[in-house]
Amino acid sequence: MTPISYYLALSAILFAVGVAGVLIRRNVIVMFLAIELMLNAVNLALVALGRRIGSMDGQVIVFFVMTVAAAEAAVGLAIIISMFRNRDTVNADELNLLRW
Amino acid sequence: MNQFTLAAVNFAWLPILPLIAVTLGAMVIMLVGPGIDDEDSAGLGLIALMTVLAAFVLTLFTLGENTLSFGGALALDDYSGFFELVILVATAVTIGMSLDYVADERIAGAEYYSLILFAALGMMLMATAGDLIIIFLGLETMSIAVYALVGFLRRDPRSSEAALKYFLLGAFSTGFLLYGIALVYGATGTIRLDPVRAAVATDMASNPLLLMGLGMMLIGFGFKVAAVPFHMWTPDAYEGAPTPVTAFMAVGVKVAAFAGFLRIFLVHLGPVSAQWSAVLWVLAVLTMSVGNLIALVQSNIKRMLAYSAIAHAGYIILGMAAASSHQAGGAILYYLLGYSFTTLGAFAVVIALERAGEARDRISDFRGLARTHPGLAAAMAIFMLSLAGVPPLAGFVGKFYLFSAALNAGLVWLVIIAALNSAISVYYYTRVIVEMYAREGNEIDVKRIGARPALLLSIVAGVAGTVLIGIFPQPYMGASASAFAAAAGRPALKTTAMLR
Repeated sequence: MTPISYYLALSAILFAVGVAGVLIRRNVIVMFLAIELMLNAVNLALVALGRRIGSMDGQVIVFFVMTVAAAEAAVGLAIIISMFRNRDTVNADELNLLRW
Repeated sequence: MNQFTLAAVNFAWLPILPLIAVTLGAMVIMLVGPGIDDEDSAGLGLIALMTVLAAFVLTLFTLGENTLSFGGALALDDYSGFFELVILVATAVTIGMSLDYVADERIAGAEYYSLILFAALGMMLMATAGDLIIIFLGLETMSIAVYALVGFLRRDPRSSEAALKYFLLGAFSTGFLLYGIALVYGATGTIRLDPVRAAVATDMASNPLLLMGLGMMLIGFGFKVAAVPFHMWTPDAYEGAPTPVTAFMAVGVKVAAFAGFLRIFLVHLGPVSAQWSAVLWVLAVLTMSVGNLIALVQSNIKRMLAYSAIAHAGYIILGMAAASSHQAGGAILYYLLGYSFTTLGAFAVVIALERAGEARDRISDFRGLARTHPGLAAAMAIFMLSLAGVPPLAGFVGKFYLFSAALNAGLVWLVIIAALNSAISVYYYTRVIVEMYAREGNEIDVKRIGARPALLLSIVAGVAGTVLIGIFPQPYMGASASAFAAAAGRPALKTTAMLR
């Protein structure tokens, strides 16, 4: 059986890639994709830990996370479209109407 | 390996009636809403108000219960009751100040009021959570509804931009919170909060999974309560959002986020408080100082109140750094109560100045308000003085309890820094009062407040709360202390995961 540390390491790497994507990329849709990657990294960790611990909780949370991610995607894309209609851009650096 | 011990699962339906009521109300509004013109959406607002009132009464009936329901997923105690009541009051006042605003701005009422109620549902879930999944679900139910509410002025680019920034950073922080939940689950083997406490009370203090999980959850909650350095979204989201939504975020979202934050950290991760109280020390100093210093130079009242909200989160985190002493816990709850009324009132006055399509949210717009509208000016002055911490208002008493609890816990330097910060904050709060009372020239014309009874009532509620909670602190302080004790004092269940 593959040791749990492999799964956790893969999950940590995926999470880090997601965080880097949010911080580095400037296209808000790509940033949003990176956030989804972060959530899926967590899903992997939850499933692996759930199997290791031997409780169903880890698997059950994953269903909730997927549902929430879907709802979040619906609202998020709607917000991005609304932004694009107003400003004709999806570049995070051009979101500069509000600043101190 | 996976036996289901159903006997241990107890379903207490009665205590979740407030949650059910709010859900039903939101659904009714969605059903009847499409048949109603945007100009007469006030009727929908009244349905929402009735719903909140019903939920409030139902919550009052559930007080004094102390049960774990749904196999420990919901913790129905006085702690959740206290926060539910605060959240419901905040929701009611928000709806009150929305009635005319929504009609004037031609906002689609059905969506607006049902989203407000769904957000309130998420907040109440966070307060009742006895389980890390419920914390997450409550947080997301609240956040997703609020993302949409922030962007509600679809034709206003500032509103869309605020929504997008809030959404991106909010979803980003959710990732951290969730990763923290996964790691804590891995370390303790359970997601139920009581067994988590039982598990960390053994020798968990140096478990790397637990410590990483703690850090990640701290980042996630730090974003939601707008602690520095996770505060970047706050001023932008507060400025761009429709003003009633800003008030809802400054009070409802913050109170709910603190409800979850306090329950997880003070109560359930209390046994390992040595591992995180030093981090909170730093977080409190940064949050107070950055919030207050940047607030000094703001010219927009909503932005100034946003930084002020950040600074107040810093004072509350100071209370948390005093670790799990019951005195500090009660003081935090009392502080949140006073802060809620004051902030809601201040935003209600900002709304009173606004006109359809015209923001009027610069501090200079308050110029000469004392001559044209003495009542509004007096109310705003009370709110500003309370936020600054002037006796005998709620803000002063809250700070007094909070700082003395921290002193008793030995955090002398932290209290000194907090007192200095409090002194700095007097400058920008009094600036508003000076504009209203001492300056003259090009006053703006304010729509008659008497023609907007719901808004007037919201302001009156804010003033009444700010003054009464400050002058008669005893009953509220007692309620806060016993509410916190209800969550902290429950004997931890020895059974580990229910589904095992």
